[in-house]
Amino acid sequence: MTAYDLEPGDGVHPGKPVTVDRYTVGARINHWITAISLVLLAISGLALFTPSLYFLTALFGGGQWTRAIHPWIGVVLFVSFSILFIRFWRANLWKGEDNIWLTRVRDVLLGHEERLPELGKYNAGQKFVFWGMSLLILVLIATGLVAWDQYFFRFTSIETKRIAIIVHSLAAVGIICVWIIHVYAAIWVKGTMGAMTKGRVTGGWAWRHHRKWLRELVASRRSNAGTPRTPAE
Amino acid sequence: MTNSWTDIRNTDLVVIMGGNAAEAHPCGFKWVVEAKANRGAKLVVVDPRFTRSAAVADYYAPIRQGSDIAFLSGVINYCIQNNKVQWDYVKAFTNATYIVKEGFAYKDGLFTGYDEEKRDYNRSTWDYQIGPDGYAMVDETLQDPRCVWNLLKEHVSQYTPELVERITGTPKDKFLKVAAMIGECSTPTKTMTSMYALGWTQHSKGSQNIRTMAMLQLILGNIGVRGGGMNALRGHSNIQGLTDIGLMSNMIPGYLTLATDKEPDFNTYMSTRGFKPLRPNQMSYWQNYKKFMVSFLKSMWGPAATAENNFAFDWLPKMDVPAYDILRAFELMKQGKMNLYFCQGFNPLQAFPNRGKLTEALSKLKLLVIMDPLQTETARFWENHGVYNNVDPAKIQTEVIQLPTTCFAEDEGSLVNSGRWLQWHWPAGSPPGESRTDAWIMSQIHLRLKEMYKKEGGALPDPIVNLYWPYKDPSEPTPEELTRELNGYVVSDVLDPNDPTKKLLTASKQVPNFGVLRDDGSTAAGCWIYSGSFTEDGNMMARRDNSDPDDTGAYLKWSFAWPANRRIIYNRASADINGKPWDDTRKLLWWDGAKWTGYDVPDIAPTAKPQDVGPFIMNPEGVSRLFARGMMREGPFPVHYEPFESPMVNLVAPKIRGNPVARVFKDDFAQFAEPASKEFPYAATSYRLTEHFHYWTKNNHVNAVLQPEFFVEISEELAKEKSITNGGWVRVWSKRGSVFAKVYVTKRIRPLICDGKPVHVVGIPIHWGFVGAAKKGFPANVLTPFVGDANIETPEFKAFLVNIEPSTGPVA
Amino acid sequence: MLKPAPNPPVAPVPAKFGDQDLLRKSASTIKPPAERQTEVAKLIDVSKCIGCKACQAACLEWNNLHEEIGTFNGSYTNPPDLTPASFTLMRFTEWVNPETDNLEWLIRKDGCMHCEDPGCLKACPAPGAIVQYTNGIVDFVHDNCIGCGYCVRGCPFNIPRISKVDNKAYKCTLCSDRVAVGQWPACAKACPTQAIAFGTKEDMKKHAAERVTDLKSRGYKNAGLYDPPGVSGTHVMYVLQHADKPSIYAGLPDNPRISPIVEAWKGVTKYVGMGVMGFAAVAGVFHYLIAGANKVTPEDEASAEKLTRGEKP
Repeated sequence: MTAYDLEPGDGVHPGKPVTVDRYTVGARINHWITAISLVLLAISGLALFTPSLYFLTALFGGGQWTRAIHPWIGVVLFVSFSILFIRFWRANLWKGEDNIWLTRVRDVLLGHEERLPELGKYNAGQKFVFWGMSLLILVLIATGLVAWDQYFFRFTSIETKRIAIIVHSLAAVGIICVWIIHVYAAIWVKGTMGAMTKGRVTGGWAWRHHRKWLRELVASRRSNAGTPRTPAE
Repeated sequence: MTNSWTDIRNTDLVVIMGGNAAEAHPCGFKWVVEAKANRGAKLVVVDPRFTRSAAVADYYAPIRQGSDIAFLSGVINYCIQNNKVQWDYVKAFTNATYIVKEGFAYKDGLFTGYDEEKRDYNRSTWDYQIGPDGYAMVDETLQDPRCVWNLLKEHVSQYTPELVERITGTPKDKFLKVAAMIGECSTPTKTMTSMYALGWTQHSKGSQNIRTMAMLQLILGNIGVRGGGMNALRGHSNIQGLTDIGLMSNMIPGYLTLATDKEPDFNTYMSTRGFKPLRPNQMSYWQNYKKFMVSFLKSMWGPAATAENNFAFDWLPKMDVPAYDILRAFELMKQGKMNLYFCQGFNPLQAFPNRGKLTEALSKLKLLVIMDPLQTETARFWENHGVYNNVDPAKIQTEVIQLPTTCFAEDEGSLVNSGRWLQWHWPAGSPPGESRTDAWIMSQIHLRLKEMYKKEGGALPDPIVNLYWPYKDPSEPTPEELTRELNGYVVSDVLDPNDPTKKLLTASKQVPNFGVLRDDGSTAAGCWIYSGSFTEDGNMMARRDNSDPDDTGAYLKWSFAWPANRRIIYNRASADINGKPWDDTRKLLWWDGAKWTGYDVPDIAPTAKPQDVGPFIMNPEGVSRLFARGMMREGPFPVHYEPFESPMVNLVAPKIRGNPVARVFKDDFAQFAEPASKEFPYAATSYRLTEHFHYWTKNNHVNAVLQPEFFVEISEELAKEKSITNGGWVRVWSKRGSVFAKVYVTKRIRPLICDGKPVHVVGIPIHWGFVGAAKKGFPANVLTPFVGDANIETPEFKAFLVNIEPSTGPVA
Repeated sequence: MLKPAPNPPVAPVPAKFGDQDLLRKSASTIKPPAERQTEVAKLIDVSKCIGCKACQAACLEWNNLHEEIGTFNGSYTNPPDLTPASFTLMRFTEWVNPETDNLEWLIRKDGCMHCEDPGCLKACPAPGAIVQYTNGIVDFVHDNCIGCGYCVRGCPFNIPRISKVDNKAYKCTLCSDRVAVGQWPACAKACPTQAIAFGTKEDMKKHAAERVTDLKSRGYKNAGLYDPPGVSGTHVMYVLQHADKPSIYAGLPDNPRISPIVEAWKGVTKYVGMGVMGFAAVAGVFHYLIAGANKVTPEDEASAEKLTRGEKP
């Protein structure tokens, strides 16, 4: 059986409570670079997006620095996210249960997880975040390059640049919303933070939210440990 | 200019032909714009190229370069045929009625008396029939077939619109349109101004180009009136001053001439300069020649010029050739006959034709002294600059001394503008480095020479050791001292002959005007026409009062205009024979019953009766000349001659090549392309761009930015024929040299159909060289022919032949 | 007849306008003064222009700019485009009039139009980097400029240029420094034919009307004033021989207006975007308050333990 949802580094450790390895150190560093970049981009971008937030440029050493640094952070984000994408894209492929999950999104919001199907490593919401981020980052980097006058001014017409900047703005609004959902979900669903800080979640967390994944982990652990089975089992 | 820049605003029609005022004189062009905007004046441009002037013109007609005389003779013919003549003016103020001597004739492009060997005429028949009373004979009825009018009518009759089109390439309809617009100005209430410059002068028959238009202007009654005139736009800020001061080998200040070696003494010299009136009562102002000459000699040699030694006339050089013009100077250099050349404020390596010959000539000098505020190509002619100056310094033995001078903005003095205004200027900055004023440098040389002549003697030390040098600091005369001297001063008291107790003039006072100059040595004046510019009342050139009563454009209190602060010369002609202005809305001068009065200084004795004295007081006949007598070397009437290098043979005189009296040195003739040459099929012309000023602005970054790189201009048709792409490189070559240039393929140049065949024009801007802030580039004179105008030797830069091909650019 | 450009004062004079006379300030909300200064305008009469580039030279000199010496590119337009150092540029167009078959060499002095409704200012995100005085002058305040190039996108005339040296936007200032002390802009002062005139907008419109009458009398039946209403008029206006076809003059926009995209970007996008993001955040808060935290229960942990032990959870 192919463990389609398992990613390298995922593992389960029996105990009290059970701990589950959800993200490797690499993945976590990768995530946080992406996350920090995204936050910096959002702040610097918003500073240039609306005068009411222009004061945020102070965080970057003023308007000139903000303008200069924003695209470079964008490059960092793009590279970092690309690696993240390679890590996570398989586990984010759409599954049948995701459709059921979506139809029962009311239960999701109300926390009635018992009414939801068993899920793999990611639920449909997380997948939405993943794919949403992927798509928007592509749009943002493409339109961002068009807007990066310092190096790319001569390659596009001003009309193209106008379209690019409005698309960039809209995409940025989009990605910030996605980010809000992402962050909120991490806050709302207690026990999640540990996945990206320590790399581990509790077995209960995995049981509650990603039961199918947990079952897989446990199963794969058994099959791996297969021959020399632990006496306890 | 007969008129002034400011007077152009009074005109009804501006004809820009033989120039490109908007391009080369943008500041003066403002008066054209004013005439258009405020008077509804029209602007006509006739030029081989659709120029910047054409861009704001009401009508543009193309013309093949070097065919202006045919065009203008055609217009004269049109005016005569269509009665577009201001008869009252022509009859009263021109020599139309004068009878021409028997024997004078014109045939096949030549007048009576041609000597092919000498390339010159015996001009004895080119004159009036003199009657028994000693005066020229006239026929007021214009019936006499030998009167000037009838001869002129006959002479121009062959220049029909059809022939004009065949010669000039100007389509007949366009020619007729221009002729009609010009013809309208024959009424006394409409005037036309002619604005021309080097587009007419830089031809082997440049003087005749101008003369043809002058004749047309006389026929239209447009000389001496507001908004009319022959207006030469001078190309340098003080080139008018240069000619006034006589900075030509055969001139002395105030348009006096040097003696020739056939005039060894003062009396012989004066005998041909008496200028007896040719008609009764005429003023013949040159009768005063001796007063001006003696005053000049007194200013030169002061106390050493005495009545006994004919005021030191003998110390002036005598000419053995008509002129030691610059072309001749370089020819002499090339022949090794000139060893030392002083080059003061001049860059001949760029500014004179046939670069190859110039370099060869300079290389044969022993010593070249450069006095210039700027680094010039001439000063560096020995330096190798790759393709741009491909010389071997090791083979050039000429010693070059560069003496940096101040420039106009670093010292004070006066500049004479095209309108003959002497305008004082003050320094705007301090001269950099070791630069010194020209006056200081010349004084140092003079004082040292004087010392050497005093000590060592010489063949004729007198002119140097006796040169009058009364300056406070002999090592550097001030501009004020020099200009006071030019104005003139009283040497010794002059008493009233009727009342010897009364002083007419007091010694050491400045003279108020040239009217008081005397031929007995009691006055001195460096340049009689400048008398009045620096009087006892002060420096008239520094006046800056721009009041202009009744808005006539005269501005009599602004600076000083020679002669006598007169703004429009021949201004008496602005009124009819009875002294009544031709146009009441444009009055200039009128006879009030007792004297002449008006807005300008009368160009006639203020009490000279209008019916008695003619307006053209410098001519002994008192009238202007449609028939030039012997004053022009080519003949009394203009004839169309082709340029020496022409894309076609002369249709009016097929046997004549170029101007039959233009001087051509033997070696140079061999370097001319044949007429209608297959090897050099394209008609080239050279010109300046508005972004630049000659070769000076190469030293200025901003000017270099505005037109950065050497280019030539060709038509889309020629580009197609030669597979040349806009903005690419081409090679252009003549029989004398080859240049690489970028190319501007433009709609502004179109092939001209001359005698049924297309003539392609190649336009070649000047400016680039190998020194300065600008990009290096080729100067046009690599290509141009070494021949000048027959009368004054201005080089034929405006019409020559080249070939052109696409190129990949110069290999460094 | 137009009056000549005034000569500079000998004694210092107080500035005629300053920060107290701002009509608009980029990325800022300001209260304009109760009384507006008389609107000024530069009138460029294309029919009087001889293309001498004295304006270009004067602009470089007055503003102390250093333009590079370029190359010849097949046109008299040099440099080939506006640059951070060339605030103004003569653009040359060879146009054959289809009605007369005559060539017309159209020479237009390009540069900032000083729109009444300036797109650059609208687009600018940096507070105070672009200001508009009540006399109509639109000026860049370089201390505040961040070099983002939004003004380039905002401008309907393609005027501002960003310097590679200091990453700041540059354009014609209408010589606000000269105008403040009663002088004409340097280009107008240098123009030999008064093809560039300067004065109150009203006077310039009057003068333009006279010029249009003159041009019509010369056969230019479509002569007119270019003062495009799409940007609520400009403080640099043209007299055109063919006002019905501005675009023949080296692409002068026929009907310039701030691009609808820019309007949308700086208008609805900004407000909707902020709204959406705000909504997302607020929705989260509300959800938390209503639904409460999604906590892992001890039963969940127990189930997991059972699972790992191979028991049935």
